[in-house]
Amino acid sequence: MAQSNTIITKGAEAGTRRAMLAEFWYYFSQNRGAVMGLYVFLAIVAIALLAPVIAPHEPSLQNRGAFLVPPVWEAGGSWDYILGTDAVGRDILSRLIYGARFSLFIGVVVVSLAVSVGIIVGLVAGYFRGWIDTAITRVMDVILAFPSLLLALVLVAILGPGLVNAMIAIALVQQPHYVRLTRAAVMGEKGRDYVTAARVAGAGHLRLMFRTILPNCTAPLIVQAALSFSTAILDAAALGFLGMGAQPPAPEWGTMLAEAREFIMRAWWVVTFPGLAILITVLAINLMGDGLRDALDPKLKRS
Amino acid sequence: MSEIVLETRGIKRDYHVGGGLFRPARTVHAVKGIDLKLEKGKTLAIVGESGCGKSTLARMITMIDPPTDGELFIDGKKVDMAAGDLTPEMRRKVQIVFQNPYGSLNPRQKIGDVLMEPVVINSNVPAAERRDRAMAMLTKVGLQPEHFNRYPHMFSGGQRQRIAIARALMLNPRLLVLDEPVSALDLSVQAQVLNLLADLQDEFELTYVFISHDLSVVRYIADEVMVMYFGEAVEYGTRDAVFSDPKHDYTKTLFAATPRADVESIRTRLAKRAA
Amino acid sequence: MALLEIKNLTVEFETATGKLRAVDRVSLAVDEREVLAIVGESGSGKSVSMLAVMGLLPWTATVTADAMTFQGRDILNLSPKQRRQIIGRDIAMIFQEPVASLNPCFTAGFQVEEALKIHTDLDRAARRKRAIELFEAVGIPDPEERLGHFPHQMSGGQSQRVMIAMAIACNPKLLIADEPTTALDVTIQKQILDLLMKLQAEQGMGMIMITHDMGVVAETADRVIVQYMGRKMEEADVLSLFEKPKNAYTKALLSALPENATGDRLPTVSDFAFDEAPYTGAAQ
Repeated sequence: MAQSNTIITKGAEAGTRRAMLAEFWYYFSQNRGAVMGLYVFLAIVAIALLAPVIAPHEPSLQNRGAFLVPPVWEAGGSWDYILGTDAVGRDILSRLIYGARFSLFIGVVVVSLAVSVGIIVGLVAGYFRGWIDTAITRVMDVILAFPSLLLALVLVAILGPGLVNAMIAIALVQQPHYVRLTRAAVMGEKGRDYVTAARVAGAGHLRLMFRTILPNCTAPLIVQAALSFSTAILDAAALGFLGMGAQPPAPEWGTMLAEAREFIMRAWWVVTFPGLAILITVLAINLMGDGLRDALDPKLKRS
Repeated sequence: MSEIVLETRGIKRDYHVGGGLFRPARTVHAVKGIDLKLEKGKTLAIVGESGCGKSTLARMITMIDPPTDGELFIDGKKVDMAAGDLTPEMRRKVQIVFQNPYGSLNPRQKIGDVLMEPVVINSNVPAAERRDRAMAMLTKVGLQPEHFNRYPHMFSGGQRQRIAIARALMLNPRLLVLDEPVSALDLSVQAQVLNLLADLQDEFELTYVFISHDLSVVRYIADEVMVMYFGEAVEYGTRDAVFSDPKHDYTKTLFAATPRADVESIRTRLAKRAA
Repeated sequence: MALLEIKNLTVEFETATGKLRAVDRVSLAVDEREVLAIVGESGSGKSVSMLAVMGLLPWTATVTADAMTFQGRDILNLSPKQRRQIIGRDIAMIFQEPVASLNPCFTAGFQVEEALKIHTDLDRAARRKRAIELFEAVGIPDPEERLGHFPHQMSGGQSQRVMIAMAIACNPKLLIADEPTTALDVTIQKQILDLLMKLQAEQGMGMIMITHDMGVVAETADRVIVQYMGRKMEEADVLSLFEKPKNAYTKALLSALPENATGDRLPTVSDFAFDEAPYTGAAQ
């Protein structure tokens, strides 16, 4: 241990941040799947950002002359619609490209909502313990006892269908995980000597919670955030499929699936491509999350 | 007659071990009424084995945990934790250095911030002066100014312990509680840290409460020695009195068990082995 | 012929920041009935070299040596199966953290009997009888009752005694003790050291005592190797090492002992100018 420390010390002369990043990358890149996941994810982000530039058509532009055109390599396909068109003549490729924006947007909003609420609630529970902790954990246990999609569905049914409400519902369903993780991490860190030292130095509750303890609990939260990013996309797609998420004509992948349901037998491409898009995105993010876990967890053990 | 910095009268601490499914709740008396008095600039060593209550006593003196019973006086003023929050003025007077240098520094805090944090919390000193003070303290404990912006994991155990000592001194405390400060360190580093502590004591007229299980270190550093056994002080006196003429059986056992690294005892042992 | 003989052992680890040489061309030999102490501070590679002998290093480690023999038999290039036959039976090891070395899910007795089951062909009843004998030998009171205790019901000293019982279960020829008393209190340390020395003398084992504590060296060793930064600095019999250390590092180490303090301040290692880890691998 001491030896590896001295090596890090030497390597860190140049720039501490860079050295830490280099170490992170070393462990992350040990996991090939994670690196591939990262590249795919970056590609999806790029596609989402550049959607207006790369998409060949407007996502909701209907071409009455081209209903259910098959993809280009099938008989009857055309280079105008590389992945074919749907039942009202919209280009599937363009819709998928714009759909990436929805999915990433959903992921970002849901995760930030769940993380920020979850961290604060978990921090309070783990730091103060006592009755407030008991109350919070019980509520979280109740939420976790429901099948998550079902609960989200009920919430959307109450709030009314729509993308924003779907995101709120999914965030609410996800945040118990963050509460639990934060609470466990805080309880572990709270007994450490450096926290006591800060207390002896006169630090108050707020400072201890947010400045001293919280920064040391981030590693498991980052991993969880990455993994639940994909869950959020998946849940949003499921809600969209059930007609409770993004509403047509929004090119959201789950909603696209729902619209394509009746054509499964006649035109396989209308369902396959949105499905594949969801699969690839979720898989990439999950692989990346595994890599993050590999890179961040041993670090936890070592310090 | 120099001033008394620390005094305890019948200080006690009980822990309630919560009853589990198969066990009834019970009370553990970790510290069973300790009286002590410590003059300014002196070092009191508290010796004992694990579970004897020495760390619990240290935490009470540092005002981390309130005593169950008894009185604690710092600088002649009574400390009453139960009556509400301690004044920052009081809290500032006693600082602590922990045993494990790997756990006592916040891994996400740069060394500079570690040192400046106590000042930030307790005073309105402007940022520039804070920085200067931290820098000065850093060099005082034998580190370099370029260490200011590094993170704790880049330091060795001995260096971290120096940082922990520097942090404790940032508030100019009267009393420093050292909870096994060198027992996690290598022998050569231990010597350096002990020397540093001696230098700092001379310079700032610090009073030390030095918790340890290592009798050779205690013999080297202490003015007064207290031996604790199951929460009680079984022996308390000046270093020379305790080491030359231990009264209690436990103290004698402790002395007998300490390995001797002098040539004479090796010779005796080898002779016995050959026989 | 030496019991265990190692020539120019080098151990390297693959790390995030490149290769790290933990042990650098260390040679050593232990005879039967001899206690060899390897003393060094953290990072001196004292434990790593013995883990290499036991084949217990992680896969990131590369072990090279000119020779590594046990009772004249090469143990460097053993297949895992052959290695298992020697390790645990002829070479046994005890570790620093007794409480962590025992499996918390099983009783102490079960774990001792398991060691016997692997390395001997005793039947159930004989194993139990032997376990009781072993517990008596290591000074555990009420052995029959203690066999049924779980590790969490025992103190650190008791657990270390159980570890020792497991280690000597098959009458090993060599016992490697890796900081066996570092986690224990002084009074318990004394008991455990006395026990180890008694067993060593009774069974005529060779013993390697890895420690950072000069006091433990003085109380146990016949011969001492001082290691620093993965290299051997000095090798001498215990008396001459303490009486007239030759190497500057050894001198520094000895004078840093608080009990040897003469003045107001302790001399520290940096007060002694010594050649950083000279190459002493030539001791054949």
